[in-house]
Amino acid sequence: MVQSQAYTSLSNLLEKHTGQTLMANRHWRIDMALKPLMRENSIPDLDTLISLIDIDADPKLTSACVEAMVNNETCFFRDQANFALLTGPVLDMLREQRMGTKKLRIWSAACSTGQEPYSLAMAFNENAEKWRGWNIQIFATDVSSSALAQARAGRYSQFEIQRGLPVMQMLRYFDQSGEDWIAKENLRRAVTFTEHNMLNPAPHFGKFDVVLCRNMLMYLGEKRRTQVLDAIGTRMADDGILMLGAAETVIGQTQDFRASQEFRGFYEPVSRAASHLNAAHRIFG
Amino acid sequence: MRTCLIVDDSKVIRKVARHILETMQFDVAEASDGKEALDHCSGTTPDVILLDWNMPVMSGMDFLRAYRSTVELPKAKVIFCTTENGVGHIKAAIDAGADEYVMKPFDRETLEAKLQIVGCL
Repeated sequence: MVQSQAYTSLSNLLEKHTGQTLMANRHWRIDMALKPLMRENSIPDLDTLISLIDIDADPKLTSACVEAMVNNETCFFRDQANFALLTGPVLDMLREQRMGTKKLRIWSAACSTGQEPYSLAMAFNENAEKWRGWNIQIFATDVSSSALAQARAGRYSQFEIQRGLPVMQMLRYFDQSGEDWIAKENLRRAVTFTEHNMLNPAPHFGKFDVVLCRNMLMYLGEKRRTQVLDAIGTRMADDGILMLGAAETVIGQTQDFRASQEFRGFYEPVSRAASHLNAAHRIFG
Repeated sequence: MRTCLIVDDSKVIRKVARHILETMQFDVAEASDGKEALDHCSGTTPDVILLDWNMPVMSGMDFLRAYRSTVELPKAKVIFCTTENGVGHIKAAIDAGADEYVMKPFDRETLEAKLQIVGCL
């Protein structure tokens, strides 16, 4: 079992680099996550690992340690009902609104190993006729370079491939390679992956019509949640839409977003003017 | 209550699958081969059938072909659940009328998602 002092050090390391906190009920995760790294680097115990990190013996080791602890849990078409709401009525609404430009920009933030952006790309492809002539750009970012490497390769184990992915889409969009399944080139080309830490200012990819940031805020402390939401807000189109995880909300976290009246689990940017009005109300009562 | 028929010659697999399905509020029945499954389906129609491939007496594929070709039987959703993980097997199962395919080993989340995909959750 991880000693509590060691746990605190590692938890602080993770928080510093990613904003993620390790709740007490996830202490077990540290043990499991770090064992392969320690074995690979012939590090006998956690105390030694922490000492090596403290003296910054090898930045790569620190980075690998953080990556090992990051929660990369994801699956295809996660939260099916909500995802169907996105790829159905929400995108239909945006399609109407952007008929003039026929351009749609989507950011899958904290995309982990890529199942979310690939699910989106597949959803668009399933409705190819409807989106014919449109410029659909899907950007996907994550803090973990190893998760992104897997995402870019589009390579999934048998266990990963069948989590949430209907068998017909698995056959249509993936090729079997030994025990793994690899995304076909047209699917991989549909997504642009970039490394990005959500604690940093949002990447300069222009404004996004849709941002998905699901099941990431729940691992952050309150201040970090606000920081991340504010950064996302700077990259949203005024009439764009934000999708959070089922257990997440903007309420009490930021003044930049409000819950969508139409779509449960979705949030709209509050206009700059409205934000200023709210601030004036707060100041002057 | 939704009903599921588990068709597998392994007692262990049936026990594990039953446990998972019961936590999802399914009423579960079991059969140890395709023949037993056909007998079961002649008297009642489960919402979903979890079907192994390789079994004695009657295989999962033989069961599925017989089940899908029996016009008078109302049709349950069928999810193949097998160690056969090659594309050829998967395509053959779909061609024979399977609605979904789970490659063993699987966990609760995988099965839950597949049940949602076929509309049984």
